[in-house]
Amino acid sequence: MAGFDKVVKTYEEAMAGLEDGMTVIAGGFGLCGIPEGLIAQIKNMGTKDLTFVSNNCGVDDFGLGILLAEKQIKKMISSYVGENAEFERQFLAGELEVELTPQGTLAEKMRAGGAGIPAFFTATGFGTPVAEGKETRQFNGRDYVLEESITGDFAIVRAWKADRYGNCIYRDTAMNFNPMAATAGKITVVEAEEIVEPGELKPTEIHTPGIYVNRVIQGSFEKRIERLTLRQ
Amino acid sequence: MALTREQIAMRVARELQDGFYVNLGIGIPTLVANYVPSGMEVMLQSENGLLGMGPYPTEAQVDADMINAGKETVTAVTGAAIFSSAESFAMIRGGHVDLTVLGAFEVDVSGNIASYMIPGKLVKGMGGAMDLVAGAQNIVVTMTHADKHGNSKLLEQCTLPLTGVNCINKIVTDLAVIEIKDGAFHLIERAPGVSVEEIQQKTAGKLVVSGEVPEMAFD
Repeated sequence: MAGFDKVVKTYEEAMAGLEDGMTVIAGGFGLCGIPEGLIAQIKNMGTKDLTFVSNNCGVDDFGLGILLAEKQIKKMISSYVGENAEFERQFLAGELEVELTPQGTLAEKMRAGGAGIPAFFTATGFGTPVAEGKETRQFNGRDYVLEESITGDFAIVRAWKADRYGNCIYRDTAMNFNPMAATAGKITVVEAEEIVEPGELKPTEIHTPGIYVNRVIQGSFEKRIERLTLRQ
Repeated sequence: MALTREQIAMRVARELQDGFYVNLGIGIPTLVANYVPSGMEVMLQSENGLLGMGPYPTEAQVDADMINAGKETVTAVTGAAIFSSAESFAMIRGGHVDLTVLGAFEVDVSGNIASYMIPGKLVKGMGGAMDLVAGAQNIVVTMTHADKHGNSKLLEQCTLPLTGVNCINKIVTDLAVIEIKDGAFHLIERAPGVSVEEIQQKTAGKLVVSGEVPEMAFD
C-alpha cells in the first residue's frame, strides 16, 4: 500500500491482526448490508471468544450466525436476536452472553464511540431493565439514563462503492448501521461491491469519509433476503 | 362485537393527519397504512433508515438492499429519504415523528408499557421499541383488551418488564378506545355492540366512564 491507497487483495490481509477475545463492530441490519466475505474470513480464521456489536446475529447458515457453529462468539451486543436455532440453544445453555441494547441506543453508542464521546444521556430505557445499574439524571424535569459508547478492535463494513482512499457510499437501506460501525473500529475494514478510483465519487455524496477506513477489499455478495414480501 | 384486526387499524387511521410522519410497528400497526384516508398524505418512517416507505415490491422490483424494520422487502415512495440508523433514531429520539403506533402485552394507568419481554420465555430483544416510546410525543398502542384466557391487559400496574414509563396516552383495543390521564383509563369510544359493562369487566386498572360513551361506526 502506498499513500492513501487502502485496497488489499486478499481476505487474509483484510482481517490480519484479528485475535481471540477481540471486539468486532459489524454493520448490517438483519441480513441486509452485511460484510459477507469478511464474516466468512473470520470463520476461516477460527478466531474465538469474540464480542460482536451488531444489531442482529444473522440466521443459522448466513450472516454472523455462521460463527456460532464453532462457538467463535462469546458475547453479542444487539437489539434483536434469536432468529436462529443455534443462537437460542447456546444462549439458553449459558454458552453465549447477550447484552440487549435498544436499537437507537446501539446506533448512538457506535456513533459516539467513533466521535470520541465516552457516554451520553438518553431517555430511552429509563425505568426499564436496560437502565438497571446505570446512572440516571434529570434534565428539564425529564429522566435520562447514562449510556457508555462503544469502540471495537475491528469494524467490518459493507459499502456499495468505495474508492481506493476508503471514501464510501452505501446503497439504499443497506446503509443502516454501516456508517457508524465504520467510525468506531481501531481497524475498519470495508468490503465493497465496487472499488472505484479517487474522484469518481462526488465529494459531497460521500457517506463515510476515508479517514475512518483502514482497509478496502473487493467483495462478492449473495445478498440473501430474510423476508421476501411481495405486493398482492 | 369486538373489532377485527382490520377494524382496529381503521380506527387508528382516524388519528392520522395530513402531513404526518408516522412510524408503524409490526402486526396490527402495519395494517394502518392500508387505511390512510383518501386525499391525505402521510410519510411512513421505518427505523432501519427509511422515511417514505412504500408498498411491498412486485417480483421485478425486489431488491435485497431495500427492506423495512421488519426485515421485509419494501419499496420507497417518490420523495423518500434513506439514511443511517443513527440518523433514523435521531429523528425518533428528537421527537420529530408525529405519530407512533405499536403493539403491547400490557399497559397501565400510569402510561407505562410492557411489550418486549415475558420472563421464562426466550427474550429476543426490544429492537427499536424503547427508543420509539421514549421519543414520540404521540403514541397509540394497539392490542386486544384481554389475553386469550380473558385476563385484562389494561392494568393498575404492569407486571412484565417495562419498555417505557409514563409514555402512553391512547390505546385502541378490540373493544374500546381508551385515553390515559391523571392515573386512570378513560373510556372514549366502544366497539359496536360492546357494552360499557363488558369493557369495565375486562379492564383491571381504574376506568373512568363519563356520560354516554359513543359507539364506533365503520362503513
